[in-house]
Amino acid sequence: MMNEILKLNNITFTYAPEQEEVKNAVEDVSFTVNEGEWIAIVGHNGSGKSTLAKIINGLLFTEQGTVEVMQKLMNEENLWDIRSQMGMVFQNPDNQFVGATVQDDVAFALENNGVPHEEMVARVHEALAQVKMEQFLDHEPQHLSGGQKQRVAIAGALALKPRLLILDEATSMLDPQGRKEVLATVRKLREDTGLTVLSITHDLEEAILADRLLFMNGGQKFAEGTPKEIFDLGDQLIELGLDLPFPIKMSKLLMAQGVSLQGNAMSEEELVNDIWISNFKK
Amino acid sequence: MTKMIFGRFLPGDSFVHKMDPRAKLLFVFIFIIAVFIANSTWSYAALLVITLLIMLMSKIKLRYLINGLKPVLILMVFTLLLHVFFTKGGALVVDFGWVNIYEEGIRQGIFISVRFLVLVFITSILTLTTSPIAITDGLEILLSPFKKVKLPVHELALMMSIALRFIPTLMDETDKIMKAQMARGSDLTTGPVKDRVKAVVPLLIPLFVSAFKRAEDLATAMEVRGYRGGEGRTRYRLLKWTMRDTLALLALLVMIAILVLLRN
Amino acid sequence: MDIKLQKVSYRYGMGTPFEKRALYDVDLHIRSGSYQAIIGHTGSGKSTILQHLNALLKPTEGQVQIGDAIIERKKKPKDLRPVRQKVGIVFQFPEHQLFEETVLKDVMFGPMNFGVEEAEAEQRARNMLTLVGLPETVLEKSPFDLSGGQMRRVAIAGVLAMQPEVIVLDEPTAGLDPRGRQEIMELFYRLHKEQNLTMILVTHSMEDAARYADQIAIMHEGRCVLNGTPRDIFSDSEQLAAYRLEVPRIIQFQKQLEARIGLSLGELCLTEEQLVRVLSRVVKEREAQ
Repeated sequence: MMNEILKLNNITFTYAPEQEEVKNAVEDVSFTVNEGEWIAIVGHNGSGKSTLAKIINGLLFTEQGTVEVMQKLMNEENLWDIRSQMGMVFQNPDNQFVGATVQDDVAFALENNGVPHEEMVARVHEALAQVKMEQFLDHEPQHLSGGQKQRVAIAGALALKPRLLILDEATSMLDPQGRKEVLATVRKLREDTGLTVLSITHDLEEAILADRLLFMNGGQKFAEGTPKEIFDLGDQLIELGLDLPFPIKMSKLLMAQGVSLQGNAMSEEELVNDIWISNFKK
Repeated sequence: MTKMIFGRFLPGDSFVHKMDPRAKLLFVFIFIIAVFIANSTWSYAALLVITLLIMLMSKIKLRYLINGLKPVLILMVFTLLLHVFFTKGGALVVDFGWVNIYEEGIRQGIFISVRFLVLVFITSILTLTTSPIAITDGLEILLSPFKKVKLPVHELALMMSIALRFIPTLMDETDKIMKAQMARGSDLTTGPVKDRVKAVVPLLIPLFVSAFKRAEDLATAMEVRGYRGGEGRTRYRLLKWTMRDTLALLALLVMIAILVLLRN
Repeated sequence: MDIKLQKVSYRYGMGTPFEKRALYDVDLHIRSGSYQAIIGHTGSGKSTILQHLNALLKPTEGQVQIGDAIIERKKKPKDLRPVRQKVGIVFQFPEHQLFEETVLKDVMFGPMNFGVEEAEAEQRARNMLTLVGLPETVLEKSPFDLSGGQMRRVAIAGVLAMQPEVIVLDEPTAGLDPRGRQEIMELFYRLHKEQNLTMILVTHSMEDAARYADQIAIMHEGRCVLNGTPRDIFSDSEQLAAYRLEVPRIIQFQKQLEARIGLSLGELCLTEEQLVRVLSRVVKEREAQ
């Protein structure tokens, strides 16, 4: 049996419980994250995906529904314990940099959890090496790029050796280069350590990297499945404010113009092959 | 503005740079008290010599200090002149119409100026040779006995380090918002004072809104990373008290003894 | 209205030990009615250029000509206001500049600073808010009660209400979701086409530059290293790589495809739609043979 890292059971949440007319920010959402998976929660701005992130981390408590982490029901007693097993990286690179320098920032969570000094030093270096920022130990945040700051934030989460890494729109404020850096870092981490990742994003190029997608709309779970299954929804996704990843969008456009294709391509290479096989290979 | 060195940190590897921040803070604290022991020409001369010695040991150039502290030094010269012209006592040195300069005026003027100069130099050398984070760490540990009387030492130190960390960020932000409003025709730099005061509102409101947003984000990020006050926390930065620091403080005691001997 | 940069250099913190040179001898001529993109990495000097386009910064050497006004180092600040009215800047994350009690007042702020009568300013504000796609109901709301995407639109309306002849866009879609991004970019493109406004887009996005611009300037380490039509710029991917930039994804894809099918499509496609059109034509021609 697969190891459940995280399980949400019928979560409903509203920011204004007194006001009937205000719609629930999250409504009856359930899903499971298994050990070693990369799950992406996608949806346009305001679809309730960031509220979910806050519920998972115990920043918001729900009236209805439960959160289980490592098969333990989350409550106020074990909250801090649970938090130490989930690293979280937020959207704004500046607003989560606590320390005066890179190494201080990575050490912050370790200090909070009372890790002894020698182990702390070792872990800070190790975590920074994992995100390839070990050259920047004494750099101050204002001398780092957005992508570098986010990598430091990832290192800060990794230092605690979490079971789950949550990326809450962690690439949405970055330039293309920064985005690439961060995604490459996460991919590398998964290859090396098999870390479980939950990324919350509206960038479908990021979502296509995941094993499984959870598509949120209006606070509800609209669909769940592999990237292929989700992207097969096609126009529905576009109507709900998302764009299709490049290869899928191109396949659809081409087929609409009467170019024959198998239409299963999930990457540029596959699409190039598909076009070649279906039309030119004779 | 950028030429001012007050509060700025200049990395280096001198004797003074390598001292433990606690030792440096203690040194400066005791030194400031000691400055007020001096009351004779010789004791003031000794103070000046000690300060210059410390400066040499910190490898900070005199020119750099003087250039960086210009506004403070101008204030000092002004005080000197005030004393020279307006303090009466002792022999009359210059008698030129309505300008009367007395010996005591010159003496007092020079004494006060030296005292001022020494204080400013010593504190500047402290901040120039110690990173803000080290100063914060040093202060936190030195003040920790006051936790017993419920002084939130850890919280104060954390606040200080976060404030220091966010100063450049907020400066950038101020510049950006100012430019954005200028592009919308608001002008902070020209026109009558009344208009300029009014033009501050479009700058301050966005700045506050953003600072609050940042504070909220930061609080969330800290909570998620397990921050729940100073209890049970370990420290990443360890301060190391070495022979060097003990020596420096012993030397300070010797200096104080000399100062006492040189008093009238 | 043309904007001409001639041998523009800029140094931050001139005369201090922290002096830093941000621009070196930049020559750039932005023609009236054109859609100019300025591309470069963070730190390439593009945001410094941007601030020269309406005299928020004055060149330390060289001169900037904005319409009839000539901006040089010695120019007094008094003369700059008319220039700022003609060149509107939509900064990155423009919603950070909102401050008024109501959306309507915030949009009126710009025009009223430039001496437009209150009634006229209000009329303009209403028109612009409709233009950017906001409903009447937000007019009297506090801008801080709106969603991020709506705030961005209010800020954009605030710049449009000044009725500038040139609009400078600094990463106008940063942080928006795909739909918001497309709507905003299409809005500016429509303004460019319908009202013949000069657009200057400062961006990281090769895709946006390829799709919308008719002229692209590449900034690298404080210099303007290339300036030409999208086809010129993107036909030489090796040259771009030297500036650590890539050609747009669609062009990379076209190259990959041409290599695989061993056939040139005959023209460089700048958008997905264009490639689809060309490719389906090629496929049909092959079938007809």
